[in-house]
Amino acid sequence: MIDKERDDLLRERARILRIRILCMLHEARSGHTGGSLSAADIITALYFHVLRYRPDDPAWEGRDRFVLSKGHAAPALYTALALSGYFEEGLLHTLRKVHSCLQGHPNARCTPGVDATSGSLGQGLSVANGIALGLRLDGNEACVYALLGDGEVQEGQVWEAAMTAAHRRLGKVLAIVDNNGLQIDGFVKDVKGIEPLADKWRAFGWEVQVVDGHDFSSLIPALETAKGKSLVDAPTAVIARTVKGKGVSFFENQAKYHGVPPSDDELARALQELGAP
Amino acid sequence: MTETLGIREAYGEALVELGHENRDIVVLDADLSASTMTKLFAREFPERFFDMGVAEQDMMGTAAGLALAGKTAFASTFAVFATGRAWEQIRQAIAYPQLNVKVVASHGGVSVGEDGASHQMTEDLALMRAVPNMRVIVPADAHETRAILRVVAETPGPFYVRTSRMKFPVIYGPDKTFRLGRGDVLRAGSDVSLIACGYMVHVALRAAEALRTKGVSARVVNMPTLKPIDEELILACARETKGIVTAEEHSIIGGLGSAVCEVLAESRPAPVRRIGVRDQFCSSGTAADLFTEYGLTAEDIVRAADELLQASS
Repeated sequence: MIDKERDDLLRERARILRIRILCMLHEARSGHTGGSLSAADIITALYFHVLRYRPDDPAWEGRDRFVLSKGHAAPALYTALALSGYFEEGLLHTLRKVHSCLQGHPNARCTPGVDATSGSLGQGLSVANGIALGLRLDGNEACVYALLGDGEVQEGQVWEAAMTAAHRRLGKVLAIVDNNGLQIDGFVKDVKGIEPLADKWRAFGWEVQVVDGHDFSSLIPALETAKGKSLVDAPTAVIARTVKGKGVSFFENQAKYHGVPPSDDELARALQELGAP
Repeated sequence: MTETLGIREAYGEALVELGHENRDIVVLDADLSASTMTKLFAREFPERFFDMGVAEQDMMGTAAGLALAGKTAFASTFAVFATGRAWEQIRQAIAYPQLNVKVVASHGGVSVGEDGASHQMTEDLALMRAVPNMRVIVPADAHETRAILRVVAETPGPFYVRTSRMKFPVIYGPDKTFRLGRGDVLRAGSDVSLIACGYMVHVALRAAEALRTKGVSARVVNMPTLKPIDEELILACARETKGIVTAEEHSIIGGLGSAVCEVLAESRPAPVRRIGVRDQFCSSGTAADLFTEYGLTAEDIVRAADELLQASS
């Protein structure tokens, strides 16, 4: 559990995160609004409470790793990294620009703090497993987190990777599904249903927790699970029930804002809702 | 009788040797370790070997993750599954972030034989050549395979190496060294250049001998690195002989023949004939029958060289 003071602090961080996300998307004039906002609280919980890392030493071997498998939520990750001190906040203005280190989707090669390259859906859990296997060979007990979209689990490779983590008992792997119920073409249940999602992960050999992805007191204990596991244990799946576009009323539950940035007017109204100056 | 040695066996043995020298070398396979010969490494270093089951896409992603954790990862399966099934995983998870993953695939080309077109891979070199950051290598004998593996293990970043189901005649000594991006002139010649890779190097050597009996002096070049290719040597062949015949156990689209033509077209246009599979799926059959059926024999190379010399005279 987390206390009220901590909860207030995280809520404030998440509010700032959302403001920065919307400003950078607006400035870039392209990018993914809905999925960045639905993942904002998960990423806030990870970067401002759960993950162990040293911004001044991005290659620190003891750090927990984070793979943003749903790479289109890059603005949320970049903002968290900037607020954590991995790089200057001014860099956020360069999102999606030529030769910026903030590419449209994360590239570990060029962005301090980005642990894995992603963007093509379905691949991140395999990469997380590989990192965990490598760390285990070295006796390194760091945790490896992967954040997946719920539309993303329609990719077959996710289930190949799910089998791998369970078969190899990668106890330090924790997969989070940002279960906002929407994908580009509409509701996940209409495009190609994925339920019963928790049962699927359980059947694949994972320990599953279903939480409210916008409630830190629900989210954080679940995300901490991996820390208490041994190097050889069942992997953990956290299904985070979320709302696409969360935090801005007119973006919420709208599939059309999956890959569209805020217009001038939308940004102004959104910032007002978020209490931005 | 010329000595023959297995290319994939040489790969397996090289892995064991490298594994003893470097504790950070790990190997992955997708349920074909007895065919790719990674089983030799698995036997020696079970804790550093990961059989990923029949899941090539997952294997490439896992290999990428191991590389991110500081390992040098070798990922092996058949060429068709590595570069076909998992092409985009190689592109996205390995080549784009320039990770230390070495994709070494066996069963390249038509010499896979009886299993038929589903398992014969004649597009892998084209697919891998097109990926930025990827280096592409095809060894021509067992000793060269070992030398290549050493360079591949010691050079950071992604590589694609194609091995073969067939045993190849031996042309190099056990002390062979390999220079990335450099071809070898195996036989001097002044009328025509035969530039080949993999098993076709041996076919080209036979063709050169047949051409000699007809009074034609053929240079034979082993071109193991398709990318980055030895432009200097290709241009020297164009300058010093009347034309070039390329030979590869691969489609004429996108492989060695294409790579040679790309160099010539921009720098020094010269007559070229390409020996390779002519844009088709091949049949089941023995390797020898398939080489005959699809125009990959020494006679085919001789005919191409004759045509080229007649046309340019």
